[in-house]
Amino acid sequence: MRSIVMLAAAVALAAGCKDKAESVSGRGAESTGEVEIQGAGATFPYPLYSKWIAEYQKLDPQVRINYQSIGSGGGIRQIIERTVDFGASDAPMTEAELGKAPAKLLHIPMTLGAVAITYNLPGVTDRLQLSPEIVAGIFLGELKTWNAPPIVAMNPQAKLPASAITVVHRSDGSGTTAVFTEYLSRVSAAWKGKVGAGKSVKFPLGLGAKGNEGVAGQVKTTPGTIGYVELAYAKQTGLAYAALRNRAGAVVAPTLENVAAAAASEVASMPADLRLSIVDAPGKSAYPISAFTYILIYEDQMDTRKGKAIARFLWWATHDGQRLGPSLDYAPLPAQVLPKVEAGLRRLQSKAKPLLSS
Amino acid sequence: MNSRGSRRRLKDLLARGTCVAFTLLAVVPLASVLLYLGAKGVSGLSWSFFTELPRPVGESGGGMANAFGGTLFLVGLACAVGIPVGVLSGVYLAEFGGRGRFASVVRFSADVMSGVPSIAVGIFVYTLVVLSMRRFSALAGGIALGILMVPTIMRTTEELLKLVPDSLREAGLALGLPKWRVILRVVLRTGASGIATGIMLAVARVAGETAPLLFTAFNNRFWSARLDRPMGSLPVQVYTYAVSPYAEWHQQAWAAALVLVGMVLVLNVLARLLTWSRGGSR
Amino acid sequence: MARGAEHRAWDGLDGRPSRRGESAATPARRRPWLSRDGEVNLGDLVFRQVTALFAAGTVLTLAAMAIQMTRASALSLERFGLRFLVGRDWDPVRELFGALPFIYGTLVSSLLALLIAVPVSLGVAIYLAELAPLWIRRSLGFVIELLAAIPSVVYGLWGIFVLAPWLRGTVEPALQRALGFLPLFRGTPRGVGMLAGGVILAIMILPTIASVSRDVMRAVPNSLREGALALGATRWETVRAAVLPQARSGIVGAIILGLGRALGETMAVTMVIGNRAEISASLFAPSYTMASVIANEYTEASGDLYLAALSELGLILFGVTLALNLIARLLVWRVGRLPGGAGRL
Repeated sequence: MRSIVMLAAAVALAAGCKDKAESVSGRGAESTGEVEIQGAGATFPYPLYSKWIAEYQKLDPQVRINYQSIGSGGGIRQIIERTVDFGASDAPMTEAELGKAPAKLLHIPMTLGAVAITYNLPGVTDRLQLSPEIVAGIFLGELKTWNAPPIVAMNPQAKLPASAITVVHRSDGSGTTAVFTEYLSRVSAAWKGKVGAGKSVKFPLGLGAKGNEGVAGQVKTTPGTIGYVELAYAKQTGLAYAALRNRAGAVVAPTLENVAAAAASEVASMPADLRLSIVDAPGKSAYPISAFTYILIYEDQMDTRKGKAIARFLWWATHDGQRLGPSLDYAPLPAQVLPKVEAGLRRLQSKAKPLLSS
Repeated sequence: MNSRGSRRRLKDLLARGTCVAFTLLAVVPLASVLLYLGAKGVSGLSWSFFTELPRPVGESGGGMANAFGGTLFLVGLACAVGIPVGVLSGVYLAEFGGRGRFASVVRFSADVMSGVPSIAVGIFVYTLVVLSMRRFSALAGGIALGILMVPTIMRTTEELLKLVPDSLREAGLALGLPKWRVILRVVLRTGASGIATGIMLAVARVAGETAPLLFTAFNNRFWSARLDRPMGSLPVQVYTYAVSPYAEWHQQAWAAALVLVGMVLVLNVLARLLTWSRGGSR
Repeated sequence: MARGAEHRAWDGLDGRPSRRGESAATPARRRPWLSRDGEVNLGDLVFRQVTALFAAGTVLTLAAMAIQMTRASALSLERFGLRFLVGRDWDPVRELFGALPFIYGTLVSSLLALLIAVPVSLGVAIYLAELAPLWIRRSLGFVIELLAAIPSVVYGLWGIFVLAPWLRGTVEPALQRALGFLPLFRGTPRGVGMLAGGVILAIMILPTIASVSRDVMRAVPNSLREGALALGATRWETVRAAVLPQARSGIVGAIILGLGRALGETMAVTMVIGNRAEISASLFAPSYTMASVIANEYTEASGDLYLAALSELGLILFGVTLALNLIARLLVWRVGRLPGGAGRL
């Protein structure tokens, strides 16, 4: 009896808080036609995705998209497990990963971003300039102090301290890591041999932090650190970030134009499945650690209503939504890529019917 | 008094002083945590903090309505799982189990379970519930928290029921009531306030749990009272915001932590008052 | 009794000695139910079976956890065998998984926590059990227990923004100046790292050790104290000669319970330990614990072997904490069985 009363009390508690929060959000959670979509993955584009989701909800209040930035590795793993409706990753899935998925997965490029080399050096005001060798040297642990000769040689005017360099890297499975380590593997044979490329690699040294948020947070709170984060995270939190010498020999900062230039020099070779790496691109002003970031979604959607809602959202994001990118430091998709993206979205179907009309 | 005696007294004084000093030292972290929560958290509290959903990154304002609702909902679910199981198991141990082998195994399991790391419970529920439902869900989170509540409630119930005098049971039986009704109407009612204490403490503990929610209830920036969807919660939100680089999120994390600690402390104080008011010397 | 329940590591525990508190009365009082004319009521039968079923639930859950986690780690168990425990690489790219850095990080951070927490909590326990006046005993005892009630994630938040900067700016440079010749204190002071993890854990396990030790000390018979005092011993001598030897195994049990909690603690440690699979002699260096790596990587490990390796870490953690709890409970229980204790727990 007593436990029944308590159980009832517990249920009442749950129901009570349900009423409360619903009146808070101004409508019942299950009013007709509402669709809630679960997505998870990359932290790299999270600032833009969260903006898109908020804007899109204004256009179509029936669609609520819950996107959790748990890391690209998580996005891939959870879409394979089908625990989410869409995944997100900056690193295209590998063949092995695609092989594990229970059905055919599509890669939809959403935007372009840059991995910025960010650092916390109080007193150094000018932007540091780094060569690929220096970046690899620091992350391999060969360059240990901020006033190491190669760094001083490229930044003669900067007052570099003699303090130790503390590397900050990702502790979670990360597309940002995949892009960054792919870059290092291209430019440094030593890196390729010792560490390699991937979403989770064994870094030779440094602190691990979770997500782009975590790395940026760690760099921000700890002087003498260097890390790699998506540009938006560095800019929004007021962190300093370095310019890099690219393949053409120019020293370029991560800017929208330079990221777009990197994409422009590679898009011609974009394959039909849209998986394309643009690191260490050859263009004169190409920023060398740039990347497309992808939404991962099953071609065949089991739930037609959900599928339709996702397809429409993706269409909106890759078209009208693109104008929101630059204000958050993401470069819009190049015009040459758009037809391929549209073709990809049109392949989305449910119960053998395409989800997007016309 | 010879010098040996005074040395002994000095030693006594020193030892006692050390004990007092250590006791004060032990209180320092609590004081520091509470002070910082007050200093950094209070300014983040506002009406909209409790009623609004999180805003997109970089836009200021917004609140944590999703996490407040989520924590209440998850704790409610955990109670729905943990209270019946805990109380009824406790009834079994106190009224039927006695010193039998099965009862000993149950007691032992409960004791061991209370020491299992909560993250292991998270993995367990992930493999069992999340993978089979193919989704992160409030249900999974509630089950994980419920499992963590059971040992506390079970052992409190057992202890409390054992304190109920047999004369009450006999009186009930003498009235012609069957045993099960005596247990429900007389024995449990007598032990109710004590059991409620145990439940409050169990709730206080799971309300702040983060690790088992990471892969079960996951997180949700919206509010929806559905069992089969991911759900936000205060502890997960504090974690996410604490490790982020955004100053405004840090402030919100402090404010949320303040609310969380407030909730937990109130439950603890209530439980303590309840115990004292029962006149226990404990 | 409720006081114990605030804390998972010992909440089931205080039940035992408290039963003991009434040990003289208990076994006799637990008479079998008097049945009316020996007749069996169907309701009673059902009720008994239902409660037994619920009681079995806990046993089954525990068994299911063991089975489920073993199954989840099968791939890694098969591939690496015992090498898993000594492997130093944690390299998802090459699919090489060794648990040693995590085992090391877990053990060292927990031992560091014990090193800090044990003396302090014994001081607290002695003060609360033997020296303090009653009103302090109650109120301060409660305050110490509140320390255990603060959620782990809140300690983590405090660790990031208060403890780590303090360690980086004040404590670590001072340690380096004074003891920098030891490898323990070499390296760059970063704030986050092994030291921060150990300190946070110490704060979190202190209430466990203090409260359980206090309870076992209270369980030591008063006659022993009175005897010592009558012989002219000072308070401290009484504690040392009469109370501590009797309570010793219980205190060891309390410490092991604290250790069990430290090993499995997740969030606060994850937030301050630096999350890096590395074995370093320096306490300033980042480290990683088993629970932290699971929290960070479990939802995102995309390879089967990777996931199995993480599950195996969970299994090890599960097994170790299980064993520690078992030992601790046996030890505390033994003290609890001393005849004629001073206080009920």
